[in-house]
Amino acid sequence: MASLSWDRIRKGPLAMSTNQLTIEDLKKIMRECAGEDDSISLEGDILDTPFMDLGYDSLALLETAALIKRQYGVTVSDEDLHGIDTPRAFLEKVNSVLV
Amino acid sequence: MTAAQAVRTVVTGIGLCAPNGLGPTAYWKNTLRGQSGIGKITRFDTSKYWSKIGGEVPGFEPAEHLQSRLLPQTDHMTRLALVATDWALWGAGLRSTDVPEYDMAVVTAATAGGYEFGQRELQKLWAEGPDFVSAYQSFAWFYAVNTGQISIRHGMRGPGAVLVTEQCGGIDAIGHARRQLRKGVRMALTGGIDSSMCPWAWVAHQVSGGLSHSNQPERAYLPFDNDASGYITGEGGAIMVLETAESAAARYPVRVYGEIAGYASTFDSKVEGREPGLKRCAELALADAGLTPKDIDVVFADAAGQRDLDKAEAEAIVGLFGPFGVPVTAPKTMTGRLFAGGASLDVAAALLSVWDGVIPPTINVNNPSKEYELDLVLDQPRHQRVRAALVLSRGRGGYNSAMVVCEYNR
Repeated sequence: MASLSWDRIRKGPLAMSTNQLTIEDLKKIMRECAGEDDSISLEGDILDTPFMDLGYDSLALLETAALIKRQYGVTVSDEDLHGIDTPRAFLEKVNSVLV
Repeated sequence: MTAAQAVRTVVTGIGLCAPNGLGPTAYWKNTLRGQSGIGKITRFDTSKYWSKIGGEVPGFEPAEHLQSRLLPQTDHMTRLALVATDWALWGAGLRSTDVPEYDMAVVTAATAGGYEFGQRELQKLWAEGPDFVSAYQSFAWFYAVNTGQISIRHGMRGPGAVLVTEQCGGIDAIGHARRQLRKGVRMALTGGIDSSMCPWAWVAHQVSGGLSHSNQPERAYLPFDNDASGYITGEGGAIMVLETAESAAARYPVRVYGEIAGYASTFDSKVEGREPGLKRCAELALADAGLTPKDIDVVFADAAGQRDLDKAEAEAIVGLFGPFGVPVTAPKTMTGRLFAGGASLDVAAALLSVWDGVIPPTINVNNPSKEYELDLVLDQPRHQRVRAALVLSRGRGGYNSAMVVCEYNR
């Protein structure tokens, strides 16, 4: 289960919409923690493109999850990550906690 | 001779990063000119350390050479190794897609692993907590990481190996790659690149016992000199394309720098009074190459820069070749000792010597010890044909390795 950290809860009430993670936020985080493959662009609609096809392996996802935990206070566990293979699934998991 | 021993192995590509030159062309030009790469450390603040000089690879901008994807997951020494590998392949005129994926081996050596990366992540662990440690710490610090990253980058799925034998690693890796070629692999990327220039590593270097206390770049590392007082450390090394002579011939015309003709390693006995294993190692490498001492035109010395070790090496060389019996050189006086990278850079220099017909000089040794009876090639390169070169290395703990490289005659 994705869950909220105590840090995040202590920071105050969560606003419904402003805290939602968008695909653009996710792209920025992915670039920051795992770089970008020169031959594969993150531009355009990648919501349903598998992470593997985007050049992001399981470690890149672990790194992405760690950064989301630091910035948004949402913990996506290793078990959660197993079932997540597209940006859409990743966003849904994180946003289900942020709502 | 067994069928496997009959497989001849040649070097067709050399990639390197050295303190006195980024890439083979710059390195060789500067090395022949006696241009040192040792200077004040700039990578981190040395004010709290007594040792303040070393050999840093100049002008290396990783983003100019590597895709951004690789940067968050690599230590400095892995970036150097990946770029050196690209240059080696380019020089050999090979694309990794030219060879079946299981016919390509990767064998590298390492001494420190990704030290700088490791320090940064450990600092995050202590200062900010486990959530702040990079997932890539899982492999980026590791001794084996360069073999893995090279293999992944180029889809080389044949045998992969890593050797950790201190300063002998750079030779032992090439020796092991040759073994793989004899078992049937067509080509190998092999050598070693090390870098450990961060505060954590520096603490280790300072307590290791061999580092020179002098902070004058031209006076600190003086192997075979009466004023020898230890060594200076540096970063870099070489990665080369080793392939079977058959494979190279099939790709003709291709530049063949030379042949890896002989290799051996021995270990020093801990029993008091026993002779160190370096001389026997050199003898075994010569025998492996089917050569005798008179066939060797130059010795690239280990050049420890410590009186007792210099004396032991000089005795091994004189024992084999006689007093002043062979030119001896130590271009590492321009780079410092590079750990696993050192011996592979010496093998690269030996191959360039064979290819170019010139012996690179040893620098800064103004007061060579006469008792060693060595014909040191000092300050100026010596232009002469080099049919065969012997490269020696010793590693802390008792390692000895020797490699014979020679002209390749089909």
